Amino acid sequence: MSKEPTPRMDPAWIRGMTQRRMSRRDLFRYAGAGAGALGLSSILAACGVSGEAQTTGPTAGAEGSAEWWADLKTQGPGDHLNFTNWPAYIDRDFSVDGPGSRPSLNAFTQDTGIDVTYRADINDNADFYATIRPALESGQDTGHDIIVMSNFQELTEMIELGYLIELDPELRPNFDANVGPNFKDPAYDPGNKYTMAWQSGATGIGWNTKYVDEPITSLEDLLNPKYAGHVAMFNNAADSAGLAMLQLGITPETSTPEDWQKAADYLQRFNDASGQLRGWMDQAYLTAIENEDLWVTMAWSGDILNDKLYFPEFATFEFAVPDAGGMIFVDNCCIPNKAANPVGAMMLMDWYYDPVYAAMLTEWNAYVSPVPAGGDIVQADADAAKGADKEVLQTIASSPYVFPTPEMETKLNNYRVLEGDEVQTWNDLFNPIFLA
Amino acid sequence: MERSVQPDLPGVAPPERRPKRSRAPYGLATPALLWLLVLFVIPMLAMASLSLQTGNSLEGFRQTFRFANFADALSQNGEFLIRSIRNAAVVTCIALLLAYPVAYWIAFYGGRFKSVFLFLLLLPFFISFVIRTVAWSFILSDNGIIFGTLKSLGVLPESYRVLGTTFAVVAGITYNLLPFTILPLYVSLEQIDPRLIEASKDLYASRTKAFLKVVLPLSMPGVFAAVLLTSIPAIGDYVNAAVLGGPGTAMIGNVIQSEFLRDRNYPEAAALAFVLMAIMLVGAIIYARVLGTERITEG
Repeated sequence: MSKEPTPRMDPAWIRGMTQRRMSRRDLFRYAGAGAGALGLSSILAACGVSGEAQTTGPTAGAEGSAEWWADLKTQGPGDHLNFTNWPAYIDRDFSVDGPGSRPSLNAFTQDTGIDVTYRADINDNADFYATIRPALESGQDTGHDIIVMSNFQELTEMIELGYLIELDPELRPNFDANVGPNFKDPAYDPGNKYTMAWQSGATGIGWNTKYVDEPITSLEDLLNPKYAGHVAMFNNAADSAGLAMLQLGITPETSTPEDWQKAADYLQRFNDASGQLRGWMDQAYLTAIENEDLWVTMAWSGDILNDKLYFPEFATFEFAVPDAGGMIFVDNCCIPNKAANPVGAMMLMDWYYDPVYAAMLTEWNAYVSPVPAGGDIVQADADAAKGADKEVLQTIASSPYVFPTPEMETKLNNYRVLEGDEVQTWNDLFNPIFLA
Repeated sequence: MERSVQPDLPGVAPPERRPKRSRAPYGLATPALLWLLVLFVIPMLAMASLSLQTGNSLEGFRQTFRFANFADALSQNGEFLIRSIRNAAVVTCIALLLAYPVAYWIAFYGGRFKSVFLFLLLLPFFISFVIRTVAWSFILSDNGIIFGTLKSLGVLPESYRVLGTTFAVVAGITYNLLPFTILPLYVSLEQIDPRLIEASKDLYASRTKAFLKVVLPLSMPGVFAAVLLTSIPAIGDYVNAAVLGGPGTAMIGNVIQSEFLRDRNYPEAAALAFVLMAIMLVGAIIYARVLGTERITEG
């Protein structure tokens, strides 16, 4: 292979033709992952289900140990990385095609030479975890080098079952220098052993002022018959039950099973109000509100704000946390076992802890960044910008949902961490509601 | 005319070919049998084993031969089972009503374009099932291409919607399964000898009577196959309810999916899957007894 291809040939094409992209094994794996989307691989995986909680760290030389990392680091990062994230979560530039359309990621590739396959494939923690669990359980590569999981029970289970690679503390200088206090040493992952936050945000309510005249201040508003058939709630209990408990005056983080029962009864009202609810939804809610099928819905802050700010057709969208309070989630980058390129994965995860790139993300997706220093850059960019750009950047820089004020912080609540049998109780209580 | 029989020559024993000949069918069936063994029998056994286990996703599942899993699966999900059976019945009836005229027309009036029509019928199915269903969620969107237009013309009230209703789910399943209804009907209609219809008319049968007494009875094997091919996948479908449905439209497939993917309660999901299979099997056997193809061809 020639080092310098003739200019008329697309380098990507040459790379595609000359380098291994997908081995036979990969092909089977992807085929399995595809089937997994329809639940098939889960069914097959169930052939021998053996979870066993891991209590100690990796043994010397094993995946995730210091020796293992040292060995990998001498080999250097591979030239390719699979990064799987949620939709609407990375900066976009629609004026260009190809890799350039994700500027911050493109900068990473330019700088490191690591080609990144970015997939916005995660729509729901439980569903996504279910598709990769079979591979993890049988000790195989999931096909993902970085995945992004919310601080929900699925992440806790993955840590407890030893499905995630313990991160190398030496490979994250930017993280050490710039991580915000709220994202360091979180309760769900002490010492950031397995995770580094990607972004954080609020679960609240989004609506379209084209159809909704009044400001939405309470979950009760979603039961207003005026909006019958155009209302959605989340089908993950962490968010739905969380908001329900807040509505009932219960603090989710310290709630008891009796409180959960009250929340379940409250949520059941949405099923009982026949024709009121369009559905219990996952990330699909975003498409539904964009199609104007939904008028008012439970929502994740940045999804709605990004739509509102960057797409004229969605300028009528609004987002707010109910007066009774909202939930705050943290979505975390982690490396599943047997990942093909852990060193490259850590390089990318740490890359976004550089305030420059953290700011690029924030300016686009309007979520809460784990890098406070990025905020100064956003503000500086807003001051320097002109015209419509200035308005957008000023809105982001001054939004309490992007840079939570102390007042906003008191309104945002943490999730309940479920332990042992509580998981079963919780699931049995809430999941049937979402099925109705 | 006998070509293959060798003449009996005195003192010469006929060559021993018998064992070789009788092994051939097994040899031919081996690939398919292996396929079934690996992808059907073994998974079924694994599922059967799983359906009797207890435990949870975190601590793992252990074999405890808990047959109560089946009782639980049946007692906790009666509502969803009934809804699935009802939806499947409605889908099958609608699909038959829609498919019969289409199959009839292609079989009797398709002429030399028969295969073109069949190809056109299957054309949309070159696209994945899930993607087609998701496409419908855009088409049926409240302000989408159909309802948006009708609403702006004032034909429909502003609040009218189809997405998220049982109607959308039933319509989606019917659409997705329609070729499985049309094709067997077409095959049986196509085989009817037109001279039989001519003969019935010679015997002063009206068009209606010729249809009812000749065409319909002769196409019954096709109807029989079409009903099975439509109703069985319809009962277990979950994609349509997940994509086009809303609260109150979940079918048994959605429950199984949720048990597997959301609760990760594999034994209960496996038990429920077996309950569903048993129901479909019993249903199909009863149906075959009542309206078996043998009965039709005999009578």
